[in-house]
Amino acid sequence: MRLKNVTNDLILKTATTIIVFLILGFSVYLFFAGHNAPGGGFIGGLMTSGAFVLLYIAYGFQTMNRVVKIDFKTFIPIGLTIAVLSGVGSFLYGQPFLSHTDGYFHLPIIGKAHLATAMIFDLGVYFTVIGVTMTIILSIAKDEGEQVENAE
Amino acid sequence: MSNLAILPILLPLLTGIMLVFINKQKTLVKVITGIMVFVNLAVVSWIGSVVFQEGPLVLEAGDWPAPFGIVIVADQLAMVLVITTNLIAVASAFYAFRSLDEQRERYYFYALFQLLIAGVSGAFLTGDLFNLFVFFEVLLMASYGLIVLGGTKEQLRESLKYILINLFSSILFVTTVAFLYSVVGTVNMAQLAERVADVEQQGILTTIAILLFLVFATKGALFPLYFWLPRSYSAPPTVISALFGALLTKVGVYSILRVFSLIFIYKLEFTHQFFIYMAGFTILFGVIGALSTNNVKLIVAYNIIPAVGFMMAGIGVFSATALAGTIYYLVHDMIIKAALFFLVGTMAAISGTYDLRKMGGLIKHHPLLGWMFFIAALALAGLPPFSGFIGKFLLLKGAVEEDHYGIVAVGLIGSLLILLSIIKIFLNGFWGEARLAPEQEKASENGRLFPVALLLIFTIALGLGAEFFYPGIQGIADSLVDPSIYIDAVIKE
Repeated sequence: MRLKNVTNDLILKTATTIIVFLILGFSVYLFFAGHNAPGGGFIGGLMTSGAFVLLYIAYGFQTMNRVVKIDFKTFIPIGLTIAVLSGVGSFLYGQPFLSHTDGYFHLPIIGKAHLATAMIFDLGVYFTVIGVTMTIILSIAKDEGEQVENAE
Repeated sequence: MSNLAILPILLPLLTGIMLVFINKQKTLVKVITGIMVFVNLAVVSWIGSVVFQEGPLVLEAGDWPAPFGIVIVADQLAMVLVITTNLIAVASAFYAFRSLDEQRERYYFYALFQLLIAGVSGAFLTGDLFNLFVFFEVLLMASYGLIVLGGTKEQLRESLKYILINLFSSILFVTTVAFLYSVVGTVNMAQLAERVADVEQQGILTTIAILLFLVFATKGALFPLYFWLPRSYSAPPTVISALFGALLTKVGVYSILRVFSLIFIYKLEFTHQFFIYMAGFTILFGVIGALSTNNVKLIVAYNIIPAVGFMMAGIGVFSATALAGTIYYLVHDMIIKAALFFLVGTMAAISGTYDLRKMGGLIKHHPLLGWMFFIAALALAGLPPFSGFIGKFLLLKGAVEEDHYGIVAVGLIGSLLILLSIIKIFLNGFWGEARLAPEQEKASENGRLFPVALLLIFTIALGLGAEFFYPGIQGIADSLVDPSIYIDAVIKE
């Protein structure tokens, strides 16, 4: 029988704590870059889930479930709701479904910024992708051949 | 307001998402599902009446003009099918409340159900070939979830086949769209129709048309691409089988009808002649399958295939009369297949087996169920007072007018054999000695007959009220023969 939880992954864990923030930062950059450069909600979401997966690999289920108390499954309906409602929002202004608008705003710190409602749709995609990816990976990882309660 | 056209897709989609949030409160899920199916039916009926009074509604999503953006086209044909879909959704939801086990309800059945309805409505309403593919995937993804839900051995085996064949045909669909886009340079159906007309559908376009036909024929289960259907449709629980049998293959038929009445209509002597042969074989082989088995659910599942054959015959003949017959038959068949699946599901639940040889005498304790089944059987075979008759009559009349006597003969023989296959269930299952005393029965019919009654009322209404429905259907068929009506509605110069 293989001994569990006795491996000493000091290097992996130390490296992970630094790298995860780099990946998360890069994923957020990709998410915001989407309008004018390669990137967007899909790749940003995948990258974010990549960071989470790295955390799970380095620290294992028990620790992660204690630290990150998130049910990734709820990300899916939240993301879908945001995406669909960003399309429905155009109803309020008498415009066809999924009409988007944009404008220039002056924000504190950042200064002049180009904000578009397409961003809200992208946020929905971002959440959905995180939710789906993490649900798939965690459900498969938890299923150890026994009748484990399915990703509750 | 053109935003009306998106509501049949949006409402079930939002409902499905909402049901994922509240999945743990089982009663609330059922209450919301129950209310929303009626709201949906009311909304689409209203949109339907608007469309029939004022002509097609065209929604240019995101305010982009027609050939550049995605269009949602709610014309009369699409609305008739969407209304029928929502009618079946109402019946299915209430059948599911009574028949589905708690385990399946807990794992998002109602959410998947709503997403399936959203996908089917989207496929009927879209005016863009690639968007049609996306909605095909939406409904197929939901159906993958539904077919494997519960995870019995048989379901796992059949879902593997189902997913493989559908993935393959989806790959072929994308490839075909890529071919078409490289030749014609657009995926908007109305503009496709214009551009194919400009070059009068030369060689390569006919090849692409046949490829596209093979894609839809796989989804719609035509000979020789129907082999996956009967067993995968009879593996999941009854309510899921009914949804599949009533909706999924019909989306394939609708796609063929749309594409081959709008875009590829310049080589009729080749493409549509080919359809008639396919239709003939589909009717014959489907009905042979239905006669070959004693599994009640499998008999009904096999009966989907000849019905698709009848519709294809109408598309192949391609006259206004035959197309009216096809549309009438399409609506009739969606309703009656759902009703038949519910009826045999109830029979099997009561007697605890799907094997016809182990049933018998059910009519002694369940007269209502028995006579409902009898009506459904007659409607399926196409006897005069019921809806099946009008559709078949128009189809065959159209075929005779265009001198396609072969398909008429096949159709009539096929109808006879369909009657034989379905009345076999009635004779063996309901007649004879009662095998089970009331207290030995495995389930009660309580509550399961209301959805069936709802569907049968519409079957009878479609048959007896033919005078009322026929002008509308004939109008749709006339507009299908003349594609410029659709093109002008979508592309406004």
